Amino acid sequence: MIKSGLPIRNLLRRPGRTVALVLLTAFLALSVFGGSIVVSSLRSGLDSLQARLGADIIVLPSSARSKVNFQELLLQGTAGAFYMSADALDRVREVEGVELAAPQTFLASLKADCCAVKVQVIGIDPEADFTVQPWIAQSTSRELGDMDVAVGCKVNANAGESLKLYGQHCHVVAKLAETGTGLDTAVYCNMDTMRTLLIAAEAKGVTHKISSGDGDVISAVYVKAADGYDIDGVMAKINAHVRKASAVRARSLFTGAADSLAGISRTVSILAGAVWALALVILLIAFMMMTRERRREFAVLRLLGASRKGLSSLILIETALCGLAGGVLGVGLAAMLVFPFTTLIETKLGLPYLTPGMGTILLLAIATVLATVLIGALASAFSAHRLSRTDPGTTLREGA
Amino acid sequence: MLRAENLSKRYFRKTGGANHFFAVKDVSLELRPGEVTLLSGRSGSGKTTLLNMLSGLLTPTDGKVWLDDIDLYRMDDASLSKLRGECIGVIPQGRSAIETLTVLENILLPQQLCGEKGDAKAAEGWLDALGIAHLMNARPAELSGGELRRMAIARALASSAPVILADEPTGDLDDENTALVLDLLHDAAKKAGRVVLLVSHDGEAARIADSLYRMDGGAIKVEREAL
Repeated sequence: MIKSGLPIRNLLRRPGRTVALVLLTAFLALSVFGGSIVVSSLRSGLDSLQARLGADIIVLPSSARSKVNFQELLLQGTAGAFYMSADALDRVREVEGVELAAPQTFLASLKADCCAVKVQVIGIDPEADFTVQPWIAQSTSRELGDMDVAVGCKVNANAGESLKLYGQHCHVVAKLAETGTGLDTAVYCNMDTMRTLLIAAEAKGVTHKISSGDGDVISAVYVKAADGYDIDGVMAKINAHVRKASAVRARSLFTGAADSLAGISRTVSILAGAVWALALVILLIAFMMMTRERRREFAVLRLLGASRKGLSSLILIETALCGLAGGVLGVGLAAMLVFPFTTLIETKLGLPYLTPGMGTILLLAIATVLATVLIGALASAFSAHRLSRTDPGTTLREGA
Repeated sequence: MLRAENLSKRYFRKTGGANHFFAVKDVSLELRPGEVTLLSGRSGSGKTTLLNMLSGLLTPTDGKVWLDDIDLYRMDDASLSKLRGECIGVIPQGRSAIETLTVLENILLPQQLCGEKGDAKAAEGWLDALGIAHLMNARPAELSGGELRRMAIARALASSAPVILADEPTGDLDDENTALVLDLLHDAAKKAGRVVLLVSHDGEAARIADSLYRMDGGAIKVEREAL
């Protein structure tokens, strides 16, 4: 049957029927592959953000009602600035159970000449930092010197170029790997550079002062709890010991995002499941109708020497080829719809979004195509089985 | 030789009278190489059912069909299908073309289903003999009823099957083509030594037949037997 080339000729010479089946399976593949990529990207984004922060506890100024602001800053890259006295860092370090404590200072830039929108400038202390440094180290071995900056992957500046922030020329020493989070639009510098930028910002009318005085300011302290200490316990001690600051568990910052992700993941899974179930039913009906319409053709093939097995394989090969073509088309269409619009999806969902690596994408694509071929074969197997049980003589006698 | 031995086919029906009836009842028949056998009878008398059972397409309720010393219905489906493709050329009633293939591809299909490449030259020769060589690259949808019938006849003749079972082969044909087809079927028996069974209402078919059988209510009656 295969040698006769009949399956291919049947498909090519019945273009209407073939195109309908291919489009049906393509729709199935599109919804599954597209949905899987979106969910997988959201999951990668959140994982990446959690890995990037690498702290157990984050201490923020209590006046900032910071959890929400901070979350927006991390997840969506919303520029923001909130401050507390740098003394808070020393107070945090005094707390029992704190192994590492690293300060960060935030400054929302004006419309920098690098970007169409405001960027978040984050000052770190390279000596104490344990969250951003390992990330920077992936892109450059050079330490952040005075007026050096490392930029997130979405900042429009490359290593070796210059960036003007509040009128100050900064030297870009590294472009960081993508995280799929708000951190991709941030600019990192050391605390001395940040001090210069804060002064320049003040000169341009952007206030960063805290009410208590003119000393150094910081926006957050990242804390790693020592081994054997209960994180909630350490957090409670910090809250009791450090005034005008509020310690939050790093993981709790992502609770909302994780909940949203779970919701989206559930919705996408339900939709994909519904599409699969619907497609299976439609394919089942389509194949039953098609087999019924082709009863006489199949009876003639039996008359000419085709066996039941040969006839079943003809139907299965035709279906598998349609499934293959539909699967590849659907995956291609999904890729064209999803990949060019990652920024839009990210913005609309307001969640970290990191497209998985090529290996994962390929695996998902292959799995989708295989599943499409399989579901088509499954739907046609029923018709093929019923058909193979029918006496061709009866079909020919009925004049079907 | 193709032989039917006490062949019966019973069908069940849901309405009207008895719940079953015999389309073919206790038919024994012997078809020999080099002979043309004509089977006639009124519509619904069981001719086509008998032909389908003889061709291995319809499992009988009782009885046996032998091709030489092979009991057709004791074979598994794959072997019976292979045997049907290689040894029995059937010309069924009505349309029997594969619509996605050209006329020539339809003629070659039985040979290809048997794993052969198919003899295109011989096929073209049969199409020429039947007056439809110019249609060899046409699709069945472009053919008239008579042309389709001649295509089915060419397909059976082009195969090397030693048995040809033809169900109303001249049904859609004019007198000229009827004569042509009957002559070709006669030659298939006499010159190629094939077994030829014609199921026909056509009085002309009796002209080439060595044996005549008549069916009535599923039973068979000999009208003329070959010497």
